[in-house]
Amino acid sequence: MTAARRRKAGLVRPYVVTDGRAYPSRNTLDLVTLLVAVNGEPLTGLSPEKRRLVELCRPGSLSVAEVAVHLELPVSVTKVLIADLMDSGHLVTRTPIPPARPGNGRVLQEVLDGLRALL
Amino acid sequence: MDFARSSDPTGTTVRPARPWDTTDTDVYLRRSVQFAVKLLVVGHFAVGKTTLVGSMSEIPPLRTEEIMTQAGALVDDLAGARDKKTTTVAMDFGRLTLNDRLVLYLFGAPGQQRFTQLWRDMTRGALGALVLADTRRLKESFDVIGLLEEHGLPYAVAVNEFDDAPVYDLGELREALDLLPETPLVRCDARDRRSSARALIALVEYLMEHPRWQPHPLEYM
Repeated sequence: MTAARRRKAGLVRPYVVTDGRAYPSRNTLDLVTLLVAVNGEPLTGLSPEKRRLVELCRPGSLSVAEVAVHLELPVSVTKVLIADLMDSGHLVTRTPIPPARPGNGRVLQEVLDGLRALL
Repeated sequence: MDFARSSDPTGTTVRPARPWDTTDTDVYLRRSVQFAVKLLVVGHFAVGKTTLVGSMSEIPPLRTEEIMTQAGALVDDLAGARDKKTTTVAMDFGRLTLNDRLVLYLFGAPGQQRFTQLWRDMTRGALGALVLADTRRLKESFDVIGLLEEHGLPYAVAVNEFDDAPVYDLGELREALDLLPETPLVRCDARDRRSSARALIALVEYLMEHPRWQPHPLEYM
C-alpha cells in the first residue's frame, strides 16, 4: 500500500465508521438511489460522518454513489450510514425505478429522447 | 495543548464536504428530478470507458472506490479482519439529466472477472450496458461480454476508434466478437459527445426492441 493511498483512506478505519458492521440495515439501496435530507431533524448524537452526510444532502438530492464520492468513503460503508440515517428519519429516498422490461418502455423512450436531444 | 483543544468549540464542528465550497447547481440534481436510471459502460483496461463517461457527463466524472479482498469478496476489513490483503477498485461515473424528472447515470465498470460482488451491485437495476472494444485488442473484450451474459444484462457493442487502430468491416468485427445477429455493433469516438450519444442510442433502441423480463431485486423484498 502506498503512502498516498493510506492518507486517502483516512485516519479512521471503515469498520470504525460503521460500528463494525459490513452490511446496511436495509438492502434496498442502489448506486443510483436518490437521497433527500429531511428538514428539521436535529443532528445531535450523530457521528461526524453521519452529520456530514446529512448536511451534504440538505441543499439538494444526490445519488448514493455521489454521496460516497463527496464523503470520500467506500460505497459499502456509505450504504451502512445511509441506512442508519433512513432508520433515524434523517434521510428519505426517492423510489428507484425498476429495470428494463415491457412495462418500462416509457422510461426507455424518455432516455432515448434525452439522448437524441444531444445530437 | 490537550486542554486547549478540548475547550476549543471548533473542535466539535463538522468538517464540510467539498460540495459546500462550490455552487449548489454544479453538484446537486435539479429539484424536479424524481427518477434515476443507470447504464453501464464496460470494457477492458484503457479502452476509453472514462473518456466516454466524461464526454457524456454534465458533471466532471466522479470516482468511487470500493475496497475488495484479493478474492473479490466485499470489504472484509469492515468486519475487523484487517490483515487480509485488500485492493481498491475504482469506478468512474457521470451524470446526465435527461429531462425535468429523469436523470441518467453512466458507470464505467472494470471488466475483471474476480470482482463478482462489485458486478452484482453495478448490474442490479441497470437498464443495459455498452461494451467498448478496441480493434487492436479484441480478444480482451470476451471476458467482459461473458460477464454481461452471466449477469443477464442486455448490451450493445461500440468499437472505440483509436487513431492508430486498424479499421475493420463491421461484419468482420461481429464475427470476431462472436455477437448475435441482433446485438447492435457501432463505431464511436469516445472523445466526442455526439458520437458517444449515438452509441448509447443504439443500445437504448435495442433495449426497446428487445424487452426482456428481468426480476428486480427490490420487488422481492
